[in-house]
Amino acid sequence: MPDPIIRIDNIIKRYGPLTVLDGLSMQVMPGEKLALIGPSGSGKTTILRILMTLETISGGHIEVDGAQLYHMPGNGGLVAADERYLQRMRAKIGMVFQHFNLFPHKCVLDNVTLAPMLTKGMARPVAEKRAMELLDMVGMADKAKSMPAQLSGGQKQRVAIARALALSPKIMLFDEVTSALDPELVEEVLNVMRKLASETDMTMLLVTHEMGFAHDFADRILFFDRGRIVEEGKPDDIFRHPKQERTQVFLRKIIAAGHRV
Amino acid sequence: MIDWSGYIGLILQGALVTLQLTVLGSALAVVMAFTAGLARVSRFFAVRALATTYIEFFRGTSIFVQLFWVYFVLPFAGITLTPLQAGVLALGLNVGAYGAEVVRGAVKAIGREQREACIALNLTRYQSMRHIILPQALPLMLPTFCNNAIELLKGTAVVSLISLTDMTFQAQVVRAQTGNTLIPFTVILVLYFLMSWVISRSMRWLERRMTRGLDGVRA
Repeated sequence: MPDPIIRIDNIIKRYGPLTVLDGLSMQVMPGEKLALIGPSGSGKTTILRILMTLETISGGHIEVDGAQLYHMPGNGGLVAADERYLQRMRAKIGMVFQHFNLFPHKCVLDNVTLAPMLTKGMARPVAEKRAMELLDMVGMADKAKSMPAQLSGGQKQRVAIARALALSPKIMLFDEVTSALDPELVEEVLNVMRKLASETDMTMLLVTHEMGFAHDFADRILFFDRGRIVEEGKPDDIFRHPKQERTQVFLRKIIAAGHRV
Repeated sequence: MIDWSGYIGLILQGALVTLQLTVLGSALAVVMAFTAGLARVSRFFAVRALATTYIEFFRGTSIFVQLFWVYFVLPFAGITLTPLQAGVLALGLNVGAYGAEVVRGAVKAIGREQREACIALNLTRYQSMRHIILPQALPLMLPTFCNNAIELLKGTAVVSLISLTDMTFQAQVVRAQTGNTLIPFTVILVLYFLMSWVISRSMRWLERRMTRGLDGVRA
């Protein structure tokens, strides 16, 4: 049995008086596809943001790929990680956002090549060749010279996925990547992610409200509520036979709202 | 009958000085605006405090007083400047203080989402600023920079008070020598207007150039 690639240990996250994550622990195995579901405000997006170092933590430890994420060795123990250390750790992780966050002043191709050229010192021709392969994979090669403003939401999100992949992260985080899309554009993004899941052994963490997709995509489902993992298990177990009452209530509400499971 | 050609020539010489002050003053103002504006968003308290002090001091005191300090008081500290140097320094520092807040505002206006994308793509703070934030913030600064440059142009008139022979100074000379107010002051009125027109035109051109391909982006 290999070691977990992510080991989250007793994480506490507070915003002022509000406790978002309350002593949360979880582990992710290399190559695992994980779906985080639960009501809004349950802390599932916060976990992704913490892994991407977009937040600070109020307590606990996180280990990613064998090294501490927020702490580094020093003073005979562990000290808070500095910017350079964080940079090294971030290279292992990529993230796709709900609102795409493409760079509006750069064309599609430049959006994808920018980070590899700046952070890995990749030469432009090499970066562009790799970018075109990735854009081809997400079906956006013909839009390489377009500006983001000329694309639909689904196209933007596919470019954002290619952009994150360009850095070859070991772990990919998907934060409600279809929530901002018109319903008819959701499927094209999900298709790309299905392809990604089947063609790579990347570790993927997915926060989503698309229960049907979570069911098909994930090896394991985590149900979050009020900053804790209430229930976890294989998709069939969670969706067909949820044990916890809170999971049952949540799934009933989701189904009543017309989501397919 | 007055021979105006010589007098007009005098005013045109003054126009050159005004132009020189405006260009050099603006150049210094831009440098100060970016230095202090970016320092205002620094993560180091001391850097922020220094920038804030500069901005508050130069915005909070009059350009007239600042000019007199630079020209008449600094010599007591062993720093003697020519009237032109003093004028450029006072104007540049004064307008730069206003510009700094424009830079800060525009940088802040580029939202959290862009910053987070930079972090997720593992760019350094410098790389994010240089490649993502500033290129988007620059077009937001231009309209206000244009205002500031025109303010600076008109502000150059105060340097006549430290005997720098700018346009306004020369107009007063002509008025004293000819007893005629209408002609010299109409001439400089038109010249000031033309200069500010050129500034606003070129700024608009620059703005169009910079936002090319960005239409309708800010959703």
